[in-house]
Amino acid sequence: MAEGHVVGIDLGTTNSLVAYMEGDRPVVIPGVDGSNLVPSVVALDPVALDPTTAKPGRPTVTVGNSARKALIETPERVIYSVKRLMGRDLEEVRTELKFFPFRLAGDIEAGEVPRIQLGELRFTPPEISAYILRQLKRNAERFFGSPVTQAVITVPAYFNDAQRQATKDAGRMAGLDVLRLVNEPTAAALAYGLDRAKEGTIAVYDFGGGTFDISILKLCDGIFEVQSTNGDTHLGGDDIDNLLLTIALDEIYAEHGVDLRAHPGAVQGLRKAAIDAKIKLSTEQAAHFDIELPNGDRYQREIPRAVFEMLMEPVLKRTAAPCKQAMADAGVTPEQIDEVVLVGGSTRIPAVRALVDDLFRLGARGKKPHTELNPDEVVALGAAVQAGILAGASKTTDDMLLLDVTPLSLGIEQLGGTVARIIQRNSTIPASATEHFTTGVDGQTNVAIHVLQGERELAADCRSLARFDLKGIPPMAAGLPRIEVRFLIDADGILHVSAREQRSGKAAEIEVKPTYGLTDEQVENMILDSFDHAEEDFSRRLLIEARNEADTILAAVARAPQNPAWNELSAEEQAAIAVARDRLVLIMQGSDLNAISHAMVALDKATRRFAELMMDAAVSSAIRGKTMSEAGKEIDETVSAPHDFAPAEFK
Amino acid sequence: MLKVVENAVPVACWACSVAHNESTLFCPDCSKIQPPTTGDYFSVFGLEHRLNIDLPALEQEFHRLSRRLHPDRFARASENEKDWSLADTALLNDAYRTLKDPLRRTEYLLKLQGAEMGVSPEACSGTTLLQNQEKIQNQEKIQNREKTSRVPADLLEEVFDLNMQLEEMRMARKMGQEDPELKESLLTAKEKFVGLVNAVDRELRAQWTIWDAGDAAARQPAQQAMMALLDRRKYLSNLVRDVTEILGD
Repeated sequence: MAEGHVVGIDLGTTNSLVAYMEGDRPVVIPGVDGSNLVPSVVALDPVALDPTTAKPGRPTVTVGNSARKALIETPERVIYSVKRLMGRDLEEVRTELKFFPFRLAGDIEAGEVPRIQLGELRFTPPEISAYILRQLKRNAERFFGSPVTQAVITVPAYFNDAQRQATKDAGRMAGLDVLRLVNEPTAAALAYGLDRAKEGTIAVYDFGGGTFDISILKLCDGIFEVQSTNGDTHLGGDDIDNLLLTIALDEIYAEHGVDLRAHPGAVQGLRKAAIDAKIKLSTEQAAHFDIELPNGDRYQREIPRAVFEMLMEPVLKRTAAPCKQAMADAGVTPEQIDEVVLVGGSTRIPAVRALVDDLFRLGARGKKPHTELNPDEVVALGAAVQAGILAGASKTTDDMLLLDVTPLSLGIEQLGGTVARIIQRNSTIPASATEHFTTGVDGQTNVAIHVLQGERELAADCRSLARFDLKGIPPMAAGLPRIEVRFLIDADGILHVSAREQRSGKAAEIEVKPTYGLTDEQVENMILDSFDHAEEDFSRRLLIEARNEADTILAAVARAPQNPAWNELSAEEQAAIAVARDRLVLIMQGSDLNAISHAMVALDKATRRFAELMMDAAVSSAIRGKTMSEAGKEIDETVSAPHDFAPAEFK
Repeated sequence: MLKVVENAVPVACWACSVAHNESTLFCPDCSKIQPPTTGDYFSVFGLEHRLNIDLPALEQEFHRLSRRLHPDRFARASENEKDWSLADTALLNDAYRTLKDPLRRTEYLLKLQGAEMGVSPEACSGTTLLQNQEKIQNQEKIQNREKTSRVPADLLEEVFDLNMQLEEMRMARKMGQEDPELKESLLTAKEKFVGLVNAVDRELRAQWTIWDAGDAAARQPAQQAMMALLDRRKYLSNLVRDVTEILGD
């Protein structure tokens, strides 16, 4: 049995993180650039011709910050927010793609997992997610200097069975044994519940980039018992960005006659401006658009906060109903909620906080929501705590136990197209139900069963999970066979089905055809690199990657004196950078991976003030306190980012 | 520890071979997890069949067993132990969910009694799902309560009035009108029916005590009474739900 580190991963719509338990506290593992966040962006690099065969070589895939840069240059080769497409069928993806610049592959048939066209290749959403996961895995491996094969991955609490299965598939493709899927709000509660021996009822309001979740938990003696959960897997900061983006696009068209929608790169530029404006409006009373258009005109517009808040009110209001339903399901009033925890970047918006205050009557009771932990990191930290619980390696997590629930009711289609619920929503998982089926016609040997997930009365309005046939029923008079079918929702929230015929004692053959999803075989074929486990390969690969990264950093540092900000550094600061640079040059010749990593981090630290100065020169003071690498990606493309995430080989 | 159920067959522990009671979740000798038991929900908690339950004690026992059984405790165990932990925890959760809720607990106990009275257990389980199914005679009584519940005879007139008012309210809402008088009257009706639901609950509790203390002869009428009460309650709470829906928050 492998006894290596179990990591916790927050696979987010906008950003992803990996964390682990360092002794008795969870810590985020930074990328080699010192940044904790890996943007959930995947880009396919342009293909170079292989000189030996004169055929196109293997395309490589980049993840994170450098992929984000490609968004503006080669938008047709980049995909982001892929989480919104996970576990969704063709129709849902089509609707979703109205807001995204990427295209579906042309030849998809109904019932197939949709694939996205990326340059000349096509990928399913789990494959794209697998690239992100593999980047996180590599970041962790670099950090530990040893292979990482086991992980806990978080998912929105309101994810359905297909979305959960797709996430697990992605883990497997990335070479990770996914020990558990944990619901994001629950993970956040774990992170918060660690240092204080809390008792009582808490609500976690998790408003992220693409999803909204609310969970209500009861904490008792280390047991985190989820009472109810609700949410919307289609509601997040993205929707707020889209509002601003749509207005800008429409106004540009109306006032300047330019239809930017035909220019994906320009739309991405505008989206970036919209996001910046949104972020600025959390701290300031107004933000501005000032964008140069392809025809030379400028689009300038002021957005006062009041206008922004009016715009997003409908989006915010959509978070209120799930909160009320969750409280009703848990059987609590707002006054009975002892604490509220805010998770997700969108909870930085003042209007969101005002809504939460109102929903849970916080101000009126002299309470404030918890925001002590960084809302971007808290889910990953909680995932690390759960990883610690599973590994059983820490005294701190020994007494902790998470009891989560299934967010959606499970049902079976009955005659007439109605749904009979067999497992109610908010049932603690694992949960099971046993049902009995029989035949309606003499000698009938098959019975078809349709399993659904959702709260609506009609099967057509619920999410179809699977259809299956009970086969090989011994021929008997109608109504005589008695087939017992057992439905089991496991601790990941994923459904398993088994069946047996009781009269004849014969096990009925059962083939569960998921209405949507990848087959085991398909997943097997999509596994990114099967050689990942080879120890020897592994350390060699790490070393090569580390050297490549060092090269990129050094190249950026070499360009630094050309930037005006360089002259603002004191002689000591410049000297310190030179020392760190020379040290890295020396150490990277050797093969001590740890030493190289440390030298890179040291150089990154030495350039921190330079990065700040560079930012001050280029943008407003809104983004302070970041490292050079983060600054690089915030500023325009002419300022070179010091280094990218290591490009990953595409096999 | 779990109570020993008298009629259980002793089996050998897979790990240490010591014979133990089949309805235990752990080997009493080596503490290893055992394959899922065949016991009912009460036996999971080591409880006798009783309707009056000490809820705080039930919760405490649920937490204690969860700590030992939950799949999180077996993330790195053998495949067999993982499977058993999953099955045992599902059973524990199903049992807790059923027993902690007074109505589900009553229905479940009645179902168990039905089984003892010779009705096959599957005939009493849950809602009907049978494909092209024929109704099984015994089933009708307990099953499909939702469909079969009839208006309680003593409430015919009031229910009729209420339904009229609900319809009127729906029409008014459709037209975008508010009728404060009608609203007031619905609020009064709601209060009354909530009161009736509470009365049913009190009667149910009284029957619990009779059933818990009684012998077979005393239990029979209590069971009949409880079935009727559950029926009545379902009907009443559906009405209350409809009124609440129409009145909004």
